[in-house]
Amino acid sequence: MTPNLQVFLIVSAALFSIGLLAALSRRHAIFILIGIEMMLAAANLNFIAFWRFAPQPKPPLGVMIAIFSIAIAAAEAAVGLAMVIAVYRHYRTTNVDQLDQLKG
Amino acid sequence: MNSAALIIIAIVTLAAALAAATLRKLMHAALSFAVALVGIAAFFFLLGAEFVGLALVFIYIGAVAVLIVFTILLTRRDVGEGRGFNWGGAIIAVAVFGGLTWSILKTQSLAIVAPRMPALTVKQIGVALMTTYVWPLQCVGLLLTAALIGALILVMEEKR
Repeated sequence: MTPNLQVFLIVSAALFSIGLLAALSRRHAIFILIGIEMMLAAANLNFIAFWRFAPQPKPPLGVMIAIFSIAIAAAEAAVGLAMVIAVYRHYRTTNVDQLDQLKG
Repeated sequence: MNSAALIIIAIVTLAAALAAATLRKLMHAALSFAVALVGIAAFFFLLGAEFVGLALVFIYIGAVAVLIVFTILLTRRDVGEGRGFNWGGAIIAVAVFGGLTWSILKTQSLAIVAPRMPALTVKQIGVALMTTYVWPLQCVGLLLTAALIGALILVMEEKR
């Protein structure tokens, strides 16, 4: 039996849901970033799977989208972690529940 | 594509991802995140996108995971997670997974097997990056430069 597209999509959906779980249920800013990175990786897996299983695959198209998506995710991670460090310097905490100065 | 390899990789990836999402200790979670990324790279190898798999290993495990570990070490002082697990997030995640799985299994046009395809060489990717995708490549380069300079400015010591 050769695996079909649905297997890859379900694995990707599971990975996305685990990322969502990490982003929604944890209180530590770094955990939330890890969850977001995991959701982006699941999206990349979807890009590659759809490219590979397309009836007439265009050779570099899906790979290009995945490469650009990885580059943008790397930029997001760098800025996000820099913000975590900046917030930690000001408030001495990384718990997102305690960062409520702008709350009305 | 081999189904035994696929099942093993899927189990390892999802177990590591679940560990990264639920472990109490930050450092353990960050290292499980790296293991999950190795699993995703293995998926890319399985799907015939070796270059993307290698790029994922270099960028995510070589740079992003190390950056996360450094950030954990720099913000070490509060390790306490505080209150317990937030069940609302778990319910939402399970609902999203159920909805996605239901719609994937319901769509008959997705039950296809991969067509035969000539292997994608790195040379083809390089030629495409320098011809068709040269403007997106420049834009991503600009974005990365701006993001890294912005990150540096964010963490610079403030002079009072």
